[in-house]
Amino acid sequence: MAFFFQELVNGLTTGALYALVALGFSMVYGVLKLLNFAHGDLYMVGAFIGYFVIQWFGGPKGLTIPVPLLLLTMFVLAAVLVGGLGVAIERFAYRPLRNAPRIAPLITAIGISFFLENAALLLFGAQYRVYNTPDFISASSGITIGSVTIDSLQITVLVLGIALMLGLRQLVSRTKLGRQMRAVAADREAAEMLGINVNLTIALTFFIGSALAGVAGVMAGLLFNQVSNTIGFTAGLKAFTAAVVGGIGSLPGAVLGGLLIGLAESFIIGYVSSLYANLLVFGLLIAVMLVRPSGLLGQAQLQKV
Amino acid sequence: MSLDAQPPAGPAEAGPAEAGTAAAAGPQVGADEWVARQAGRREYLPSWLGEAQRGAERIGWWPRLAVAGLAGALLPLVGLGGFQLQVGIDALVIALLAVGLNIVVGWAGLLDLGYVAFFGFGAYGFALLSSNQIGPNGIHLPAYASVPAVMVGAAVFGLLVGLPSRRLIGDYLAIVTLFLGEAFVEFTNNVDPKTFGGPNGIVGIDAIRGFGHQLSTNTGYYYLLVIVLVATMAVLRLLETSRTGRAWRAVREDPLAAAAMTIPVNRVKLMAFAFGAMVAALAGTIFAAQQISVFPTDFDTPILILVYAGLILGGAGSIAGAATGALVVMVIYDGLLRSPADSGILFYGLIVLTLLVKLRPWRRLAGVVAATVALGFAAHAVVKAISASAVAGGPGSTGWIGSALRDWVIVPANPTVPGNWGFVLLICLLIALVQVQGRWRTILLVPVIYLASFVWETRLVTQPAITRQLMIGAILIVMMNSRPQGLLGTRRVETPT
Repeated sequence: MAFFFQELVNGLTTGALYALVALGFSMVYGVLKLLNFAHGDLYMVGAFIGYFVIQWFGGPKGLTIPVPLLLLTMFVLAAVLVGGLGVAIERFAYRPLRNAPRIAPLITAIGISFFLENAALLLFGAQYRVYNTPDFISASSGITIGSVTIDSLQITVLVLGIALMLGLRQLVSRTKLGRQMRAVAADREAAEMLGINVNLTIALTFFIGSALAGVAGVMAGLLFNQVSNTIGFTAGLKAFTAAVVGGIGSLPGAVLGGLLIGLAESFIIGYVSSLYANLLVFGLLIAVMLVRPSGLLGQAQLQKV
Repeated sequence: MSLDAQPPAGPAEAGPAEAGTAAAAGPQVGADEWVARQAGRREYLPSWLGEAQRGAERIGWWPRLAVAGLAGALLPLVGLGGFQLQVGIDALVIALLAVGLNIVVGWAGLLDLGYVAFFGFGAYGFALLSSNQIGPNGIHLPAYASVPAVMVGAAVFGLLVGLPSRRLIGDYLAIVTLFLGEAFVEFTNNVDPKTFGGPNGIVGIDAIRGFGHQLSTNTGYYYLLVIVLVATMAVLRLLETSRTGRAWRAVREDPLAAAAMTIPVNRVKLMAFAFGAMVAALAGTIFAAQQISVFPTDFDTPILILVYAGLILGGAGSIAGAATGALVVMVIYDGLLRSPADSGILFYGLIVLTLLVKLRPWRRLAGVVAATVALGFAAHAVVKAISASAVAGGPGSTGWIGSALRDWVIVPANPTVPGNWGFVLLICLLIALVQVQGRWRTILLVPVIYLASFVWETRLVTQPAITRQLMIGAILIVMMNSRPQGLLGTRRVETPT
């Protein structure tokens, strides 16, 4: 039973991470109705930013600043820089294609994903970069309940993840920006007529969504320790799965989907085999899509004629 | 603006004297038709390229295809050999794939991101039927049995993959097919390593053989591919104008209207998947036989993106466009960017040519050239005054180009890292350049040219291969933003819903 709970904790942690990526993905889908294939690569850029922050402050063994400050710098810098990158991508690649056939922005998104992945390959090389998290966050510290250990890193990830999700919920449901976002998602033309600055709203949505991906990237670096230019693709696929399983465009759905994917993966690796983890996750997605294309919490789309 | 005030004219050169005869010859062109014709005219490429395009369109499709096929067949006779022949073979395989993808994406409008799985299916199917993998002695079928068997199998596989398209539209279909493509790679990598070989793939595949002959040389495969590509294009051309082809386009433009016209939408979609899968599997069999081996990584996303880049560059929806685009992309990707011997002249030549064609009037051209030259010398002098080592490395080009650029372009003593950053920045600036208009474009052009030269001299001239993948991504982004119908395609107008 202890093994079960340990896997549960691990699954929740990775699930929180996937949920953050899926949230950004779902938000962008909500306002633009665009599958942002480059979203996973933004996560990869965030992971690299975290790595360079660690190196900048003396490397994992000889940190020149206290660990909480380091974590804060990593998360804030990754959020701001990746958010900015997302806004730039929206401005130069997606905005000109607002009224193009649906297939055009999708192909552009694939192009951007490929571009980011290979730019990282060119700039940072093909080798894995290692965070060496255990050198500055001890794996043994943390809470032990019975025989289940939640180490301090997992606590950090879970707390930050939950805080960001709650914050996003407040933002979307309570603030003026959130209302504008929902209005643009519901009907862009009508929103424009009501005096909402649609371009600004979409840009801000991209900023928030990309920033969440950047934060998730840093979390992934801390948790999984390894960063390379290819991590974005797999993470992107998992985030699609999460967003789609939960119901694309629905924010609670993205969180639910992320947690489900994280748990499923963790239990499959724990009880079956790590070889089939990806295959089973993909199978889950295809099954959900066939049985309930609108996802668990999504609303079935009625086609307007 | 009112169109009624002016009588709508026919062709632009039709003078007032001819107007009377035109009216007498037939009914005058209506306003809508006139607008459509004007739009159609604007679809042609600018200047002489458009003339060539118009000229080519006056000839029928099959003489054009025959001439292109003959030109392809003659290429090995004029000294294409060794490395170039391999580039040609790869390019033809990708062209065949692009032509097949065109059925699904270009005609039926279904975004299939798992297309490369059919290619893999064909290659693995052929490999299993022509090697020692299955049974004690293996199966060694002749090609006239195995290739059709694999194609039929692929068509069935295509139908199965296409089943989700009955319920899913657009983006959802894209995700599901993307996952199917990934699942194929995962499957061949992990399931039953004794049969599928796992990451080590299947090696020792028979050549294409039958009736007592077998293809053992690269020249043989080249000719086979030329014949197969031309034949496929001819068949697809007939298919395009058939009832089925028209049904595909109807479903692409508006499934609801198509259904109202009694087109069986689902069956038509499934047919598109099956036909696309068959073409891809055909390409796969030849690929496997020519390579003598197949590996799971041969069928991963980069190949898919390569095929898409070719299709998008050439123009989705046009057979000739798909084939041409794929050939161009592959020749640049595999040929030019790998053997840098004379690519310096090509590089600078392309920049100068583009400027000459695109920049009008000549005063603006002169201004841009003068500003670029001045910027170069100024930047070089300033950087040299700050740090001598920043300009210590000479330009990578040799000969007269190198010596002409010695005091103009900045090349640091250790050029690799700045060169890499410069290259990424250059691609970003190029994407931005496509978007800005008017004066800003002219101003932005100056640093872009200088940066291009910097990147070339520091990095690309020695190692042009590093840029290959980035270039493919950039093609997709730039084409979609500047000319989404591709070089040879026709523009689709879609009303936003």
